[in-house]
Amino acid sequence: MTDMNSAPKGYWQNMVVDWSADKEAFKVNWGKVMMWVFLVSDTFIFSLFLIGYMNVRISASEAWPLTSEVFALVVGGEHIPLLLIAIMTFILITSSGTMAMAVNTAYQGNKHATFWLMITTAVLGASFVGMQAYEWTKLIVEEGIRPWGNPLGAAQFGSTFFMITGFHGLHVTGGVIYLTIVAIKVRLGHYDKKGFQIVEITGLYWHFVDLVWVFIFAFFYLW
Amino acid sequence: MTHIAIADQEPELHHPRTFIGKYIWSQDHKVIAIQYACTAIFVGLVALMLSVVMRLQLGFPDQFDFINPNMYLQFVTMHGMIMVIYLLTALLLGGFGNYLIPLMVGTRDMVFPYLNMLSFWFYFLSVLVLLASFFVPGGPTGAGWTLYPPQSILEGTPGSGMGIVMMLASLAIFIIAFTMGGLNYVSTILQARTRGMTLMRMPLTIWGIFTATILGLFAFPALLVSAIMMLFDSILGTSFFMPAIVSLGEATDYEGGSPILFQHLFWFFGHPEVYIVALPAFGMVSDVLSVHARKNIFGYRMMVWAIVIIGGLSFVVWAHHMYVSGMNPYFGFFFATTTLIIAVPTAIKVYNWVLTLWQGNIHLTVPMLFAIGFIFTFTHGGLSGLFLGNVVIDLPLSDTFFVVAHFHMVMGVSPIMVLFAAIYHWFPLVTGKQLNTRLGMIHFWGTFIGTYAIYLPMHYIGFLGVPRRYYALGDTSFIPDSAHALNANITIAVIIVALFQLIFIFNLFWTIKREPKSRINPWDAASLEWHTPDVPPHHGNWGRELPTVHRWAYDYSVPGVVKDFIPQHVPDSEVVYEPGYDRFTSGREST
Repeated sequence: MTDMNSAPKGYWQNMVVDWSADKEAFKVNWGKVMMWVFLVSDTFIFSLFLIGYMNVRISASEAWPLTSEVFALVVGGEHIPLLLIAIMTFILITSSGTMAMAVNTAYQGNKHATFWLMITTAVLGASFVGMQAYEWTKLIVEEGIRPWGNPLGAAQFGSTFFMITGFHGLHVTGGVIYLTIVAIKVRLGHYDKKGFQIVEITGLYWHFVDLVWVFIFAFFYLW
Repeated sequence: MTHIAIADQEPELHHPRTFIGKYIWSQDHKVIAIQYACTAIFVGLVALMLSVVMRLQLGFPDQFDFINPNMYLQFVTMHGMIMVIYLLTALLLGGFGNYLIPLMVGTRDMVFPYLNMLSFWFYFLSVLVLLASFFVPGGPTGAGWTLYPPQSILEGTPGSGMGIVMMLASLAIFIIAFTMGGLNYVSTILQARTRGMTLMRMPLTIWGIFTATILGLFAFPALLVSAIMMLFDSILGTSFFMPAIVSLGEATDYEGGSPILFQHLFWFFGHPEVYIVALPAFGMVSDVLSVHARKNIFGYRMMVWAIVIIGGLSFVVWAHHMYVSGMNPYFGFFFATTTLIIAVPTAIKVYNWVLTLWQGNIHLTVPMLFAIGFIFTFTHGGLSGLFLGNVVIDLPLSDTFFVVAHFHMVMGVSPIMVLFAAIYHWFPLVTGKQLNTRLGMIHFWGTFIGTYAIYLPMHYIGFLGVPRRYYALGDTSFIPDSAHALNANITIAVIIVALFQLIFIFNLFWTIKREPKSRINPWDAASLEWHTPDVPPHHGNWGRELPTVHRWAYDYSVPGVVKDFIPQHVPDSEVVYEPGYDRFTSGREST
């Protein structure tokens, strides 16, 4: 090792020396590293779902339904495209905001504010899932869309829609449960000694779920 | 220098008191490793039996009434799936990964022991679901381990009803298990190494396991996604992978799906999977070769970079499994190029293994024999891979026994040779006893010569054009009688090799029951795992203080030093030199 630590070298070599040095590879606790690695792995899952969706959308033999028509709400006799989705997206992004505030207050040691901000985040997440349930019901009951077929065109529309939004919805549901548990444990003082990184780790997951939604929104509703 | 978590957690480490807490719901990485290993070896034996039955049919068609065409296909499928995923992946990463990572990098346990425990139990559940599929109506799936749709879920393929559903469910559970374990391995290696254990001082075993785990975490999602989509195609009647198709004379309800999509997803997982199995094997064999040749590993840094580069490249070669699928031929050009590039880092590794042996003080112990055997089988398997990587040569050889021979040599026999080497090598650490050498020698020679008796002729009958996965060849004019005779020979060799494995199993039990305790660190290995206060290591691994690492893991036969190895935790000031030896002028360099 003597050779490696001496004298300035090229950037590349210095980077290797630095990164492989006698310390944690990343200057954060292991929980955060674990969450990051998991999120990268999860990114692969969602990316592959979306790529699979694009592929079957191209290979589908029937016409793809017009998304602006399918995802429209009738409010006061007016046909407003993407209204529900806009509200859902707004709610989810708002919840990311409250989550970020929770992380901030947690590091300030304000357990009371952290608890309530996390609960707010969870409630916003739950209302997102609730609206998704409403959207599914509307599509299934009113439009007659099923995973295996629909009256509007290509069967793959229903298949990919229910699969991908369902998988994302499961992530949000899991996140709501995760947030609630961590919030309660914060309030009970479980992390007083260990520190409040757990709030930030939970936040990482929540922001990820939010980010994934942006991609689903773009590829599914806007395309 | 901030050393976190594990280092300071000793008082917090949860020591179980009851039998159940200690051995069933254990959170100790060593117990979990043994649980993983036993389960994997058990299903591996099931898969071995399946292959014997399969070979009986191929070698002596029409002789055995109890094998019908459906069963033959089911056995082929289950043999492949079990061997690749439930034996090799689980034993290399769940077994050896769990056991060796904390010991080799010097921690008390994985960073998240509870998750680690869950990982094993999910794996156990996936094995139960897999084995349960033998008992559902219609039996297990017979679609081949690649599970290609449309045939895997259409009537006519055995197990197209419940069988395939169970298979996909089991895979999904396995992936969950692997993810929980894998997150632990990666985080432990990155964040919890002990003082002095830099990344470039880690044994190559750890590098192999680390890179393979990353590959797994990024590749298994593709299998999960394709499994979910196929489950929906099968249960809900969606058409992700199913085009409009006529099955058994009737039009199905499917329309507009893409079977090629499945192949892309499957092989985006499937090719990295080859390296998920190979890279830990590469790492472990490097360590075994170095220890038993009493010489440092040749070109350590190149070995590390080769592992990392192979890992990276393995994500951009997947479609070389699909040259005959009807995809765009330009893809073939790209994937053939990347495939052949992988040969470069792989060849670096083979050269370095051979150069490690060069002028080494080679001890022909049982682990060493298996390790050297691996160099042979891997080189052979790798060279036939060059044939198959080229589109024009692959096209006629596709789906023949040449392919079967190739992948068995390169990712069946080779990792298993390393697994045996590793089991013989680390058994004294795990149990405190050395496996019986005479039985081990018999086991090695039977296995090594036997695999050649099986797979060399298989290349030849592959060149003749004998297709794989056929229940019986019948009277086919292009297959000469000699090929049938060879087939019978192969079957006899398989039976003999299978019997030799019983010697190994017997050896395990014999050694635990009858052999005396061996000396601590019987191979005089320098790496950290052999230098725990107790052998076998106790819960928590280290004494009151974690070890401090002062050197790499390969200080063997250092010139001028009295002992022929310097353990990793020995500081320079404690190394004893021969009298009169001036270490500053003779230019010794240690990393």
